[in-house]
Amino acid sequence: MPQISQFAENWYAASQIFWVLLTFGFVFFVIGRGMLPKIEATVDARDRKVADDLAAAKAAHAAADALEESYRQQSDASRAAAQKAVSDAKDKAAKDAEKRLAKVDAELADKLAAAEADVSAARKSAMAEIESVAAEAASDLVAKLSGVKVGAADAKSAVKAVLHG
Amino acid sequence: MADQGKVDPMHQFEVQKMFDMFHVGGHEVAFTTSAMWMIVAGLLLWVFMIGGMKRQLVPGRWQVAVEGFTGFISSMMNANIGPEGRKYTPYVFSLFMFILMLNVIGLAPLGLFGIHPFTVTSHFTITGFLAILSFAIVLIVGFWRHGLHFFSLFVPHGTPWWLLWLIPVIELVSFMVRPFSLALRLFVAMTAGHVLMKVFASFIIDGLAASPVIGLGVGIPSMALMVGISGLELLVAGIQAYVFALLTSLYLNDAINLH
Repeated sequence: MPQISQFAENWYAASQIFWVLLTFGFVFFVIGRGMLPKIEATVDARDRKVADDLAAAKAAHAAADALEESYRQQSDASRAAAQKAVSDAKDKAAKDAEKRLAKVDAELADKLAAAEADVSAARKSAMAEIESVAAEAASDLVAKLSGVKVGAADAKSAVKAVLHG
Repeated sequence: MADQGKVDPMHQFEVQKMFDMFHVGGHEVAFTTSAMWMIVAGLLLWVFMIGGMKRQLVPGRWQVAVEGFTGFISSMMNANIGPEGRKYTPYVFSLFMFILMLNVIGLAPLGLFGIHPFTVTSHFTITGFLAILSFAIVLIVGFWRHGLHFFSLFVPHGTPWWLLWLIPVIELVSFMVRPFSLALRLFVAMTAGHVLMKVFASFIIDGLAASPVIGLGVGIPSMALMVGISGLELLVAGIQAYVFALLTSLYLNDAINLH
């Protein structure tokens, strides 16, 4: 086995150790300490960027959700306000109509009452006129038939007695 | 080759000296095939990582591949140690990628291009160095963070008082065995796999040398097995690198979080 037998040779171990020290030193200092941290930094930066981007996307998603929610609330509120305005207007219109109707009713009632009063007054005056006309006619008839002059007052009371039973 | 015409399955593990360089403390330091493949692995790794340095927000294919490897180790450290493990990710990542690259290069079919491949991680000098490095880091971090309280690692929670004379000894032994198991596991797995492949390859060559009938009779099943074993070895190359990194992270967790 040369690995053991070559130990007897003066140069073997010294050369092996010298060269492994040199080459592994190169690998450690140039590659391990020089290049590896930069590559790791690149990987870390990428991982961080991906994580940041994901977080930003999540935040944007949440913001969009919140915006949609507030939009929905706003539209609900404005719809409710519109409905309230419409029903208020309807109520008001109905109340107005009622009031106007009531007023018109009252006016009509007044007019009716006045007309009825007029009618009864007219009837009263007509009755009075009939009385006097009937009294006149009765006194004329009496005068023509009997030649007796009847006083106006007598005729009137006699007619009244006949008319009113 | 030991003898001409014979395949020596151990020959592949021999480190060839390419040229001498200098002396340190009576020892000669040479540029070797092992050194060459470690440099190749380091450079390939560097080129691979450059592809991941575009740092785009939306990555291309290459960047995804690199980030896949870094993310694999980062998440492993995070799962085993927690947020404090991030500090040690560069070390464990370097360890994992370096071992993985060496394992895979050792399996690459470079022989087709006339290049002699060599598996650096089949030498316990290399795996031992990395294991002792990991173990030393665990010790340093443990004593740095917890001081002498780090020794409470040897007394697990819920130890009955009448076992206090035994459990710490067992825990100490298992703790001290860690660098050896770490080094030997990788070294043995790599060596065994490559020996196995070389043995099957030698079956084909020896069979054909004996006679065409034996050559085909032995060679075809051997070849089929080798295809399967090659796939298995690729898996082992990844798994062993992963196990080395995983155990290092678990040991670091002991040192950082103390149970």
